[in-house]
Amino acid sequence: MMRCSPFSYRAPASVEEVAQILAAEGPRAMVLGGGTDLVPNMKRRQQTPALLVSLRRVAALRQLQGDGAGVRIGAGMTLAEIAAHPRLRAFGALGRAAAQVATTHIRNVGTLGGNLCLDTRCNYYNQNYEWRKAIDFCMKRGVEGGGWPEKNEAQVCWVAPGSPRCWAVSSTDCAPALIALGAQVTLVSARETREIDLAALYRDDGIQYLDKRPDELLTEVRLGDPTGWRSTYWKLRRRESFDFPVLSLAAAVRLGEDGTVREARLVFGAVASHPVMAEAAADLVGHRLDDAAIERCADAAVRLAKPLDNTDFSLGWRKRVARSFVNGALRELRGDDPAQLGLMARRQMALRVV
Amino acid sequence: MLIHRGAIMADESSRSPGGANGNGTGSGGDGAASKLHIVGKSRRRVDARAKVLGQTRFADDLTLPRMLHCKLLRSRLPHARILRIDTEKAKKAPGVRLVLTGADTPIAYGILPVSQDEHPLCTDKVRFVGDPVAAVIADTEDQAFAALDLIEVDYEPLPTIASPEEALATPEPRIHEYGDQGNLHKVVAFDFGDVDQALASADQVFEDVFYYEGNTHLAIEQHASLAALDPDGKLTVWSSTQTPHYLHRALAKALELPAAHVRVVALPNGGGFGGKSDPFNHEIVVAKAALVLGRPVKICLTREEVFYCHRGRHPVLMRFRTGVKKDGTITGMELNTLLDGGAYGSYGVASTFYTGALQTVTYQIPRYRFRGCRAFTNKPPCGPKRGHGTPQPRFGQEVHLDKIACALGLDPAELRLQQLVSPRSLTANFMRIETVALGECIRRVVAGSGWKERRSKLGLGRGLGLACSSYLSGAGLPIYWNDLPQSGVQLQLDRSGRVTAFCGATEIGQGSDDVLALCVAEILGIDPFDLRVVTGDTDLGPVDLGSYSSRVTLMMGNAAIEAATRARDLIAGPVADKLGVPRDRLVFAERRVFDASDPGRGMSWQDAVILAEAQHGTLGTTGSYKPPMSAAKYKGGGVGPTPTYSYSAAVVEVEVDPETGWIEVAKVWIGHDIGRSLNPPLAEGQVVGSVYMALGEALMEEQVFRRLPPKLSPALVHKFPSMLEYKSPSTMEMPPVEVYLVEDPDARGPFGAKEVGQGPLLPVMPALANAVYDAIGVRVDEIPVTPEKILRALDAKERGKPARHGPARFPEVPWPEALQVPPPWEGGDGHATNDRPKKPRMPRPGEPGGPPIRPEVRR
Repeated sequence: MMRCSPFSYRAPASVEEVAQILAAEGPRAMVLGGGTDLVPNMKRRQQTPALLVSLRRVAALRQLQGDGAGVRIGAGMTLAEIAAHPRLRAFGALGRAAAQVATTHIRNVGTLGGNLCLDTRCNYYNQNYEWRKAIDFCMKRGVEGGGWPEKNEAQVCWVAPGSPRCWAVSSTDCAPALIALGAQVTLVSARETREIDLAALYRDDGIQYLDKRPDELLTEVRLGDPTGWRSTYWKLRRRESFDFPVLSLAAAVRLGEDGTVREARLVFGAVASHPVMAEAAADLVGHRLDDAAIERCADAAVRLAKPLDNTDFSLGWRKRVARSFVNGALRELRGDDPAQLGLMARRQMALRVV
Repeated sequence: MLIHRGAIMADESSRSPGGANGNGTGSGGDGAASKLHIVGKSRRRVDARAKVLGQTRFADDLTLPRMLHCKLLRSRLPHARILRIDTEKAKKAPGVRLVLTGADTPIAYGILPVSQDEHPLCTDKVRFVGDPVAAVIADTEDQAFAALDLIEVDYEPLPTIASPEEALATPEPRIHEYGDQGNLHKVVAFDFGDVDQALASADQVFEDVFYYEGNTHLAIEQHASLAALDPDGKLTVWSSTQTPHYLHRALAKALELPAAHVRVVALPNGGGFGGKSDPFNHEIVVAKAALVLGRPVKICLTREEVFYCHRGRHPVLMRFRTGVKKDGTITGMELNTLLDGGAYGSYGVASTFYTGALQTVTYQIPRYRFRGCRAFTNKPPCGPKRGHGTPQPRFGQEVHLDKIACALGLDPAELRLQQLVSPRSLTANFMRIETVALGECIRRVVAGSGWKERRSKLGLGRGLGLACSSYLSGAGLPIYWNDLPQSGVQLQLDRSGRVTAFCGATEIGQGSDDVLALCVAEILGIDPFDLRVVTGDTDLGPVDLGSYSSRVTLMMGNAAIEAATRARDLIAGPVADKLGVPRDRLVFAERRVFDASDPGRGMSWQDAVILAEAQHGTLGTTGSYKPPMSAAKYKGGGVGPTPTYSYSAAVVEVEVDPETGWIEVAKVWIGHDIGRSLNPPLAEGQVVGSVYMALGEALMEEQVFRRLPPKLSPALVHKFPSMLEYKSPSTMEMPPVEVYLVEDPDARGPFGAKEVGQGPLLPVMPALANAVYDAIGVRVDEIPVTPEKILRALDAKERGKPARHGPARFPEVPWPEALQVPPPWEGGDGHATNDRPKKPRMPRPGEPGGPPIRPEVRR
């Protein structure tokens, strides 16, 4: 069988203690949430942290607090809890995203924070050690005894060998949904606490994909008042279980009483190394969600979806589906009857969040 | 899921007369005992409790005191000469006890006698990424893994071959120094009658080219093996193998041990599907290590390594040309196949013949031409996967027929019904047909699916497709030539009433232990749970060739019936004497032996055994089975014959999204001609499991490889050797399945049973492709049928091009001169008319013109 790289293990009980350990240990330490991303990577040697800092005992990370102005979600809440929580029902896209991560078993242990910090994925990278040896690795290669991958200058990106950068794919389901919902996150380290827009957490680079230092811990996600918002999350994958997205779309609109769009956000997942906000959503503002507006928006938005050939399905087809997704998701938010839509749209809308 | 069972109607039955026929076959019932008490009843299988409680011990569950762990260093290059291996650093690493290289295991082996082309560890060359070059045996798995990186291997890279087309264009350098030509492993050609003339006499000739992508078995259990020495130095290997007998032979050969000093125990397999039917390098390596170290040595492969063991479905390119009359009557058919064999022979010679052997066993094809070619490529070896070599051409043939039916304006179901093969007949290529309930299978799925009312009437995006198939109930010949039984069963009985059944057959999840117990129990009138079955152990049981080619129920079942009938006869004598009842009036049932005309007059089973033991002494019987002689006498005719063929028909309903090509399967109706269902839930499980596996192949599974830019890297790697990215359906993709078990007992099968383990897989892929056409008007002449391909075909249609996605052409292959075998109805006797030995045969001693017979000289 494939076994984990050797590590030592600590399980502090408070955020402060976690921050102190991370500050003292540097990049050789990694935080262990549900472990559903990190542990397989340790078995395949993408990451070989010398120390795992478990969040299991940090009760503060597993709380959900709400007030009239919104909610604060502990980053240690499991994806199953997020998908089922009655106070999160108003944030439709989030529940649908969390409910579609991997499998029931993984959602029962995988955490929201873990999904937001999910390592970027690539068919040349998410392979075991021996396989990557056979391609002489790629520029995204872990450091022996270390956690976060660092760019290996001697090696290329096999997806785009002429490119100076890594094109591994942002594969988190929850990030596009939360960005569309306007989320902010809190990062805590021994020296400071930062609150930033979730969108600002991500960088367009397959290796340094987070704007977060190794000594920082993502502790909390904050969402504003959902009144007036409708949102949804569509996910393209081969199977209705297990699979990471190979294209996803989070759509959120706030409609005025007259049915015109007041605010709109469209965010693609799994088409780049970061969640991609589609500016074209702004063009919807001031219009009703009529067919013409939706088609215009889809035409403009889909230009941003530039998938590469490093996931399941061909990139040309994924791009074609991107257009169908924008069209379909906006029609869903408009309130169209699924029975009048195509098979793909019905499949997306039929998801039951339980 | 709905299950329907039932015998076919008498007026359309091809039911053959009951009774025994030839060696080891039997209906399993005669005289007073002909009423069946266990056969056909839905029962809990004998190994179910252990399995659901997690108590079944699989190979990786075994541990022994002082056991060491083995890891293999595998080639990172796809094709290279090994210049030097330095193991010194690895030998000094913590916990390492032994490092082996090819020099330690120099003897070649392989499943087929004609393809002894594998080494436990590569000696001179590596032929694909994953080929093993060294083994580390250490105290822990972690230590063995760490030491792998310390082994230094110098390679001289060689040009690589990634496809059969490249193999055709690149005869040198050769991947192997043997084979028919250059990098072509096997090239075969047959003419069963004058096909050119047959096509010329047709009203229309149809031609289609199809491609079937390779895929792998994906058994949940990874291969694992444990080897240890007895105190007296004999070797035992416990392994997850489907074929302990063949592994036994390979171990004796590769390790130069007397076969009688080697014991192989096949543990229950956590799925096999053909992926554990070759002897494997890791099995020989742990045995060698145990011999060297005198300590138990175990290996359990990672999932990635299982993808490198492979032996899965060959990628096959194929071209059909068929002549038909206006009414759909076939005048002749031509089939060319090109197989991507991977880096070793494995079963490949047989696979090559199988891509052409069974086209004739479903419909009347008066003349038939087959050309087959298997190429070596620098990829993991292909071999037998459920359906072995036949699903690919069956897919092509059934889609081809669908196109013919549509072009002629005929109902595809009617086209097939009109030209079914006849029961008890010979085909153009001398395959002997016994019972045929294919017509009934078609009628059941047509009725169940509402075919006549609903086909082509469900609107854009929804459609129905139909296809049929056939499969062997056991291969007619063993993989190495011999004149011995292919299955043996031994029974031991004693005064406790105990019955133990011994057989080399292997439980791979299909239920063979249950079939063994139920066949014996039926004859002896006891409960299957009263028996103990001891299987898969070459020291304890008589030889059975293994769980492959859907052979176990028929062959082991017949052997079991023979052994049990002999035991019943041993017991019947003394019981008849004691009761004063004629022997032929005795009934063995419900754990009693009694008078059929006065059931109160009898005795318990145990008392009956005691009487028999008193009269005969220690009780034991044997039974054996050997298939009937084949009618195909030509070279290559050994692949395809079977005691009897099973038949299947399926209707698949799909929904397709015209905008994206997204495809979902709404429902599957499947009818299977099983002869007789021995334990219906087992049979149904095999049918539904086949449908599941078939949908995986039809929709998504692909064992595919990628090259990197050649200027930058010589890599040729499996695209995604993991269960996450090698896509196989989840329960969420599994549609409802309606199963019809059609029972038309075949006299060659035990109690009339035929196979059910592989056949029901075959019709599903073509039925799905045909359904896509019915739904959306485009053809995907390629497996898998993916949304991308559907959309490409739709795009082509929109641009006014042929509304299809699939291969354009079949390449030029240097076919040899074809064997000419006239069909039975053209005076053929099963021999080729031009298969003359190259040199004239010298007369044998004692024959006219030959030397005199000399006394035998012992050496």
